[in-house]
Amino acid sequence: MKSSVLRIALATVAVLCTGGMASAAWEPVRPVEFIVPAGTGGGADQMARTIQGIVTKHNLMKQPLVVINKSGGAGGEGFLDVKSSVNNPHKIIITLSNLFTTPLATGIPFNWKDLTPVAMLALDEFVLWVNADKPYKNVKDYIDAVKKAPPGSIKMGGTGSKQEDQIITVAVEKASSTKFTYIPYKGGGEVAVQLVGNHIDSSVNNPIEAVAQWRGGKLRPLCVFDGKQMAYGDPIADGKGWKDIPTCKSQGLDMEYLMLRGVFMSPKATKDQVDYYIELFKKVRATPEWQDFMKSGAFNTTFLTGADYAKWVEVEEKRHEVLMKEAGFLAGN
Amino acid sequence: MEEIVNLFHGFAVALQPFNIMVMLLGIVLGVIIGVLPGLGGANGVAILLPLTFSMPPTSAIIMLSCIYWGALFGGAITSILFNIPGEPWSVATTFDGYPMAQQGKAGEALTAAFTSSFVGALFAVIMITLVAPLVASFALQFGPAEKFAVYFLAFCSFVGLSKEPPFKTIAAMMMGFALAAVGLDSITGQLRLTFGFTHLLNGFDFLIAVIGLFGIGEILLTMEEGLAFKGGKAKIDLKVVLQTWKNLPKYWLTMLRSCFIGCWMGITPAGATPASFMSYGIAKRVSKNGNNFGKGEIEGVIAPETAAHAAGTAALLPMLSLGVPGSPTAAVLLGGLLIWGLQPGPMLFVEQKEFVWGLIASMYLGNLFGLIVVLTCVPIFAAILRVPFSIIAPLILVLCAIGAYSVHSSTFDVMMMLVFGVVGYLLKKCNYPLAPLVLAIVLGDKAEEAFRQSLLGSQGSLGIFFSNPLVSTIMVLGLIALFWSAIQEGITRLRGTRTAAA
Repeated sequence: MKSSVLRIALATVAVLCTGGMASAAWEPVRPVEFIVPAGTGGGADQMARTIQGIVTKHNLMKQPLVVINKSGGAGGEGFLDVKSSVNNPHKIIITLSNLFTTPLATGIPFNWKDLTPVAMLALDEFVLWVNADKPYKNVKDYIDAVKKAPPGSIKMGGTGSKQEDQIITVAVEKASSTKFTYIPYKGGGEVAVQLVGNHIDSSVNNPIEAVAQWRGGKLRPLCVFDGKQMAYGDPIADGKGWKDIPTCKSQGLDMEYLMLRGVFMSPKATKDQVDYYIELFKKVRATPEWQDFMKSGAFNTTFLTGADYAKWVEVEEKRHEVLMKEAGFLAGN
Repeated sequence: MEEIVNLFHGFAVALQPFNIMVMLLGIVLGVIIGVLPGLGGANGVAILLPLTFSMPPTSAIIMLSCIYWGALFGGAITSILFNIPGEPWSVATTFDGYPMAQQGKAGEALTAAFTSSFVGALFAVIMITLVAPLVASFALQFGPAEKFAVYFLAFCSFVGLSKEPPFKTIAAMMMGFALAAVGLDSITGQLRLTFGFTHLLNGFDFLIAVIGLFGIGEILLTMEEGLAFKGGKAKIDLKVVLQTWKNLPKYWLTMLRSCFIGCWMGITPAGATPASFMSYGIAKRVSKNGNNFGKGEIEGVIAPETAAHAAGTAALLPMLSLGVPGSPTAAVLLGGLLIWGLQPGPMLFVEQKEFVWGLIASMYLGNLFGLIVVLTCVPIFAAILRVPFSIIAPLILVLCAIGAYSVHSSTFDVMMMLVFGVVGYLLKKCNYPLAPLVLAIVLGDKAEEAFRQSLLGSQGSLGIFFSNPLVSTIMVLGLIALFWSAIQEGITRLRGTRTAAA
């Protein structure tokens, strides 16, 4: 009697095991490192930590997801780390525009094709901001004022040097035939406060970096560097919401720029491994916490995977090469 | 008056049993984090952040800020016992704390450090309670030029007031500046001095340098002196705490001055590290016992610890009211706030009263609990020094290695730490002061960045550093501090000639 029970039990276990093996594709067997090629507290870091929180709270992974910041050399440290982790499927990385700008500007041996693309999580918007005490009510007011001032006396603040904020600044200069003095800061929050304190004249902060100051009535958004207006209508200040900010193009400033918030993994990952992470991020996107996060930062929620994603990245890479070449930001210049 | 009512409401929130539990847990975790060199407050809070996502936001921020207090307290422990600063702002604490421990006065040093930390933090919290809105608008006046002026003052007050040979000081400092320049130049976006080594992309992390220079360097020196560890005589009972407390009121002036320095640096937001160095430098010059500084003077522990904690606490204010973190740890806390759906900024005080005042009340209580926890442990900490050196030295080495590794999870850093250890040993042998070197590594790149941002804005004119009353005042104070010895000498001579003439 006893032995038969044991035998049935063993058989059940065996069936469960094989059944389990057959249905489940690849799954992490040890903790997964989630590399952030930027410092703690920045936009990429916040997104990675939000994902980590969502994964933990909803039990979306059997193994822990560990966020690690590797910000050295404008993120180069993080990219090279993942590049050198061939055949290690337990390493993923979240990227921002430094995926393109860092190798182009510093000449480190890295290209996004060294990594395996997983998914685009969202696109981050850029908005042209001025201090609310200044008389500029729209883009034209501001550009006219810049043209009138002695060249170089108007200061544009931004995050980092030869990265997205400065690329946009150069493009704005070109589109409006003006000249700014670009002042690089370490983080977007610092830029917003420098603008509130009138130490700079304008910024191209991401929505999440400046929203608090807008709500507090200290900053004024002039236009968004996107092809269409943002989707979020909830009023933030003076009865206006993200939706009410006009596009820069409609204001005569012909420039579009969106920043990739996407995930890549180590080189030579198999399809099973990539699929695992795609499924994971699909689950993350379905949670209310993620949707709140998207709303608080007024993100563009485009989600791409596979060939579509790779194609998007390729087009963006070309565009960055052109933009940075025109601005004279390429390494060796 | 409304603030007081809000504050009491905040106490009611913070005193809920669950929040008290969370507070104690946070303090203990924080002390552990602070003791492990390299792990540091920012990393510790980042690691533990996900733990708090399932809590209500108020409990979560209470726990995280208590980890922060705990780490601030804990950083002093290894500085005093082993000469290994667990946190950047504990470096100045080693200058006198470690000699005290070697003389068998570890208990006194620890008590003084913890108590003055508490005083500094309490002073800053009271300031936050009373003048929060005013302070926020003051912080807005700090552009790049003002920030550079503050760093300039920190350098000047530390260097100009030191009594080391000036050329050795300058040599050590220049080494620090050179090390700080390695890595990415944040103004041009180009790599500097990396020589194609990808390991150098990140530059030299301050913590690696400090763990090596102080921790490893000290072990090498002690080994040379014959494997004797001089801390063995440490008294290990709680009476030490009371005896030290009896003496502390004598130093009220030092504490008060350090509180002001700390609050000011915390708000501006230069941070706790320059505050601790500046406070130490000024105390050394002003104090009657100035000549004993560096040889185990209790005042040399009180001054930096008070200032560091006042600054660390005050740094939370710009974070809450402006969304600008005053320290790396505050930056991580900021990320946490956003995840809980709280938007730091001018409206936080208006829209999230319960949260803000709950946090402020927890600052009072968290500090008090923290003080009680660490003070009761003073005998235990001091007793560590009774362990024979042959056992403790390998343990310290392991601790240092783990610390160096955990900063960036990189084995290269562990090697770097050993190199810095040898450099530290050689510099000490040749009587070069390590403090200016460390100060330059910590503040060098920040000062450089602020300097170049200012010049970009002014299109190259140095006049920007004297362009408004605020920045001019700070610069002039810096210059006075730099040339203090010369000025003093001048005054004495002037007096001398006058008396001679008379």
